[in-house]
Amino acid sequence: MDPVETNNLTAVVETDEVIAPGQTYRSVSDRVSDMVLEWPIGYRWAAGLLLALALLFVLNLALGVVFTIGVGVWGINIPVGWAFAITNFVWWIGIGHAGTLISAFLLLMRQQWRTSINRFAEAMTIFAVACAGMFPLAHMGRPWLFYWLLPYPDTMGTWPQFRSPLVWDVFAVSTYLTVSLIFWYVGLLPDLATLRDRAKKRITKIIYGIVSLGWRGSAVHWSRYEMCSLLLAGLSTPLVVSVHTVVSFDFTIAILPGWHSTIFPPYFVAGAIYSGFAMVLTLAIPLRKYYHLEGFVTMKHLDFMAKVMLATGLVVAYSYIMEAFMSFYSGNPYERYMMMNRMTGPYAKVFWTLIACNLVGPQVLWLRRFRQSAWLLFGVSLVVQTGMWLERFVIIVTSLHRDFLPSSWGMFYPTRWDYMTFLGTLGLFFTLFYLFIRFLPMIAIHELRDLVHKKQEESHAAVH
Amino acid sequence: MPNPMTDSKDDLKASELVQIQLPSDSANPHPPRFWRSLDELNNGAAYQKGLAHEFPEGRFPKTSGQGGLNRRDLLKVMGASAGLAGLTACTKLPPEKIVPYVRQPEEFVPGIPLFYATAMPLGGIGRGVLVESHMGRPTKVEGNPDHPGSLGGADVFGQASVLTLYDPDRSQVPIHFGHLASWDGFIADFGDHLASESSTGGAGLRILTGSITSPTLADQIKSVLSQFPSAGWHQYEPCGRDNAREGAKLAFGQYVNTIYRLDKADVILSLDSDFLFAEPGGLRYARDFAGRRRMVDPSGTTNRLYVLESTPSITGSLADHRVPIRSSDIQAVARAAAQGLGVPSGSDAALPAGMSADWVAALVHDLQAHRASSLVVAGEQQPPSVHALAHAINHALGNVGVTVIYTDPVEANATDEIKSLKDLVADMDGGRVRTLLMIGVNPAYNAPADVPFVAAIQKVDFRVHLGLHQDETAEVCHWHVPETHYLEAWGDVRNYDGSASIIQPLIAPLYGGKSAHEMMAVLQGQTNLSTHDLVRGYWQRQAEAGHLAPAAASNFETFWETSLNNGWIEGTTLAVKQVTANASAGAATTAAESNAQGLEIVFRPDPSVWDGSFANNAWLQELPRPFSKLTWDNTLLVSPATAARLGLQREDVVKIVLEGHEVEAPVLILPGQAANSVALHLGYGRRRAGGVGTGVGVNAYAIRTSDAPWIAAGATLTKTGDKHHLVTTQNHHLIDQNGQKVEEESEAAFDRHVIRVATVEEYGRDPNFAADPPEETTAAPSMYPKVDYSQGYSWGMSVDLNTCIGCNACVVACYAENNIAVVGKEEVDNGRDMQWIRVDTYFRGDLDNPEAYNEVMLCQHCENAPCEYVCPVGATVHSPEGLNLMVYNRCVGTRYCSNNCPYKVRRFNFKLYSDWDTPSLYPLRNPDVTVRSRGVMEKCTYCVQRIMEAKIVAEREDRTLRDGEIQTACQQTCPTQAIVFGNINDPESRVSKLKAQSRDYGLLRDLNVRPRTTYLARLTNPNVEIKG
Repeated sequence: MDPVETNNLTAVVETDEVIAPGQTYRSVSDRVSDMVLEWPIGYRWAAGLLLALALLFVLNLALGVVFTIGVGVWGINIPVGWAFAITNFVWWIGIGHAGTLISAFLLLMRQQWRTSINRFAEAMTIFAVACAGMFPLAHMGRPWLFYWLLPYPDTMGTWPQFRSPLVWDVFAVSTYLTVSLIFWYVGLLPDLATLRDRAKKRITKIIYGIVSLGWRGSAVHWSRYEMCSLLLAGLSTPLVVSVHTVVSFDFTIAILPGWHSTIFPPYFVAGAIYSGFAMVLTLAIPLRKYYHLEGFVTMKHLDFMAKVMLATGLVVAYSYIMEAFMSFYSGNPYERYMMMNRMTGPYAKVFWTLIACNLVGPQVLWLRRFRQSAWLLFGVSLVVQTGMWLERFVIIVTSLHRDFLPSSWGMFYPTRWDYMTFLGTLGLFFTLFYLFIRFLPMIAIHELRDLVHKKQEESHAAVH
Repeated sequence: MPNPMTDSKDDLKASELVQIQLPSDSANPHPPRFWRSLDELNNGAAYQKGLAHEFPEGRFPKTSGQGGLNRRDLLKVMGASAGLAGLTACTKLPPEKIVPYVRQPEEFVPGIPLFYATAMPLGGIGRGVLVESHMGRPTKVEGNPDHPGSLGGADVFGQASVLTLYDPDRSQVPIHFGHLASWDGFIADFGDHLASESSTGGAGLRILTGSITSPTLADQIKSVLSQFPSAGWHQYEPCGRDNAREGAKLAFGQYVNTIYRLDKADVILSLDSDFLFAEPGGLRYARDFAGRRRMVDPSGTTNRLYVLESTPSITGSLADHRVPIRSSDIQAVARAAAQGLGVPSGSDAALPAGMSADWVAALVHDLQAHRASSLVVAGEQQPPSVHALAHAINHALGNVGVTVIYTDPVEANATDEIKSLKDLVADMDGGRVRTLLMIGVNPAYNAPADVPFVAAIQKVDFRVHLGLHQDETAEVCHWHVPETHYLEAWGDVRNYDGSASIIQPLIAPLYGGKSAHEMMAVLQGQTNLSTHDLVRGYWQRQAEAGHLAPAAASNFETFWETSLNNGWIEGTTLAVKQVTANASAGAATTAAESNAQGLEIVFRPDPSVWDGSFANNAWLQELPRPFSKLTWDNTLLVSPATAARLGLQREDVVKIVLEGHEVEAPVLILPGQAANSVALHLGYGRRRAGGVGTGVGVNAYAIRTSDAPWIAAGATLTKTGDKHHLVTTQNHHLIDQNGQKVEEESEAAFDRHVIRVATVEEYGRDPNFAADPPEETTAAPSMYPKVDYSQGYSWGMSVDLNTCIGCNACVVACYAENNIAVVGKEEVDNGRDMQWIRVDTYFRGDLDNPEAYNEVMLCQHCENAPCEYVCPVGATVHSPEGLNLMVYNRCVGTRYCSNNCPYKVRRFNFKLYSDWDTPSLYPLRNPDVTVRSRGVMEKCTYCVQRIMEAKIVAEREDRTLRDGEIQTACQQTCPTQAIVFGNINDPESRVSKLKAQSRDYGLLRDLNVRPRTTYLARLTNPNVEIKG
């Protein structure tokens, strides 16, 4: 089998396979590692990073103000004690879920199409969890005492209050971050070694050499690597379900109408995957375009992801309908009022926008035509992410702003610091992401080679 | 007990520790706003020297050459710096005299507060109070249970007065022509002028005061006037009682004081009177009214209250029949009622719109059926003729001597005050006044618009102002002298029933202020007189003259101490006076008084800042006004119908033109306001109130004329097109954009059974009308083990909605007791007011005349508290006695507890709201309560500090707590005793008995939170003859 030199950057080869035909071991390795080692710094990348850094600066400013003056710079009040911060937290955590689902769950399911998207989806998970983790900290009245939520042996004998879902959150999110980070790093090892071997500059060799932890690609390494990956995938898979379930407990455990609902755990998990896949699409579509990766991230991938979105979107739609139905069916006056207020109250516009974004918009994905158009998919993915952000906002704010005693009803109006904190985390996310696509292989090289191998096996089998 | 500060200079003056002395020289006319020490403020030589000590330039040896320090030099420097360290420590003593506890005064136990009885004058009339003093610092005002005018209740003004004492904007130094000056300089200057005045017998000397009831001060003024026979004494109280006085004169031919006995009245008709709140006897009236109102079981009886009023008042919210009509129409109704009762009432007047003859007939029947147990009260803002009518009706019904009694006026020299002020201004304008002394008044701000006080005063050669603040009047005076607060100086005052109280100071003057007594003494050439001796001397003379109880003369010392201890002087209550009403007094009304139709404007003292003298009191400014829940503003109150007719919406700024005077005010549409009647509260729009009150609201005095100080016709309203943002704590969108409906907030409140109400008749048929379903009162299943509260104490509270008048006194009491922060208008707008207790108001029924229901809302201390299990750090936990505790220093501020609180009674420090920077506010704080910092949740604690204090006492005495030994701050101040707190494990406690009543209900019990605070449902007692 002669490896064919394929370094055609300009050809846009849309394909329905999970990898474009004609790829070889060599072409795959060259293509991905060259993006890190050989390609010059592009002006598009630099401009993007600069924009992200500007937003990151906004984050620093906003957090500086929040930490100096207090959370009072936001629009929160009594009765609306939580608003943007917790909305952002749930949104970012949700986004992370797609990465874990792709890398762990689909690995166990032996879905080949996950191969070329799992690396950056995992990176997305970690960056999203980093953004998410910031909010519970920043929203505290006295953030410098955050460690009181951790169970550490304290001389006063005080412990966190284990009945509080916020403590469960601490465990859930920190576990999630730890496992995701290890999984991602372990997966990176063979590729880091590839970069070490291919690097020409000494400093690059040293850096990749250190971080590749002495990977030599021996059979023993590979054997242990495979076992380790499988075990980590086994560890991660329950997290796909558990983390957002615990996050939903933040609401369901409360007695507030609009929060106190048993449907939340599956509904939140579905919503998380829904928004997560939307984010993967949002990242993948420009990436494959600007880095000419249509051969690796093919239409087949986009199609699969669109279908996952459609499926989870339907679960979410079902949840909305059930939530509304149960509010009326319960006969509980608080629940009924809450639902009526959501639909017709002061935040009704937000609610109906969310319905349009999450329920109506994605139905176009039933049509193959839409799933086959990268830019339409890109549009739908943005709509879904907007919708999912609004969903959390509606759950949190409309439930809080009018609860039991009418005398305490109020309104939440975001301030500039609310917006800046949110936009700022986008800056943090994209800064990390831009650095990632420049300094690490954004597609798993060894897994692609494995895929090429499997395709060849398949074609051999077909020949014989 | 007697005040320890009185006897000699040797006694401890803890106050001196906090005394701030401004430089008496005028070297530094602009002292820095913030300072680290008093020395720095003074910037005196000692401070400069101290600076030099701390950074002694040249005391370190210059290192010579490249060698640096050698060992010898190093040791020298080390020794020197050690010496310097000691030196600076020695020079850090404060310049003021400080007194060590070598000889501890008898009553002083560090950490244990003492209570002193004193009286707070408001509008010249006293209200008996007890003041809590921590180590010489007055921190909290409470009602005096022994005082006839208080019986233990206190109002918002009394509660807030302690903040005025420590107001950092109080005048701190005499001012002469805008420059800092001294008291001695003033005496010298004043003495020169007085010397020239004495040659003419004081022909050019005028004294202007508010209404004076103080016997000692009146005595002093009398002797000043005998010294200067041609001098004049004028009185002007902006929210004075001229109408009541003139009405009495109309009825009886002389000034008398009218006292109501509401405990004996079964049917009460209020003619625009807010007698439960805005009258000098309001506290006592509220107590008596509530006592008669209270129903223990359906077999009891209750009173019935009819209210005719133009703008919703606290009294009106408790009415069984309330009719909103124009204030100027009330006279016609009163006359119709008088006619029905056979009282001569002048010409027939048609009943105004909104009143039906049937209604009046039913009222008349009711009054007739309750001869000698009914009462007609005319509002202080109603014209004299209505007062005369009320007197005549009371007389005809045989109420005199039973529900209403008359005494001599409580004012030392009752007079027509508006006329008194006009005379003064005319004299000033005519150049007949050379020396004007103003004591505790602010006419430059609050004189009627048609009395050109400010212009006329320019013609006075020598103008002196004694006042708490450098206010608008101080600005136009040559001399301004800081006045003492009532907590700082001796004095006396008469209460609503004429009984006299000694005003005991709790603290030496913070800023070297002078009292009215001292000022009067200066007029008599006595410059270093002790006010204590003066007041005591006056009463000793009274005792010796036999005007007081016989025991007083024989042993005055004991009598004096007893009077101080009780808070009032026995034997001073004015005797009941037999007067005969001129039966046709009401008929004397001229037709012109029941004036033409059209828009009327009504002026009222503000329920928060009164006549403007409390404008710089942040507690009161932030207090949600009754019904409107408005803070930090006054507005033109307009009825929904009138607003619709005039095309006005909430927050529209309108120009009000009244007899050529104009002012611009924002509109607030208030259900229950009478059609074609708009109301504007006085006391705002201050130009020189201080950092808090300056520029808040609009000045109603600017359009208030001397002819029609309360009810004026002929006002025109023009929309300016501007908007002024109004901030309310509740009912944000009470009226929708079309001005149509009472918003769903109130509807939802009744759907959710937040307010439960029944008529007395319904109550008789179903005593359990308010009861919660049994499954809500018994324990529902829980994941967590059941807690046994049956041993020891279990704290609980009962709030009687049937007697709560919504007067806000509890809210201000809570401010003072619990060191609650003020957040300002903007933060209230953001929904971040910090009040631990609030008065919720819900409306029901017709938009133009809704029923209003008050509901005091505070932490309910749920047994299954939803706030507790969601806190990640256990900062809010339950005590074995059932208290929901808040551990401030464990709180990390996630706010989850507040989100999960169904009553939304938790308050969060979103920013640093407590004032940590203003030194004068430090001594105000209750040392038993933490001052909260940023990022911490807080809420009502049932005054846990009071519980602990009482428990410690009980434990030391080896006994259990007695019922009533612990009173929460809100309970203590409540004028109607609607709030009762106690041990619910004791079946004999008051709270247990209240909770055992059939009207007891818990809010949101269906959530299985098991609140420890429960409510007694509201009852109404409508007249069956009146439909609808």
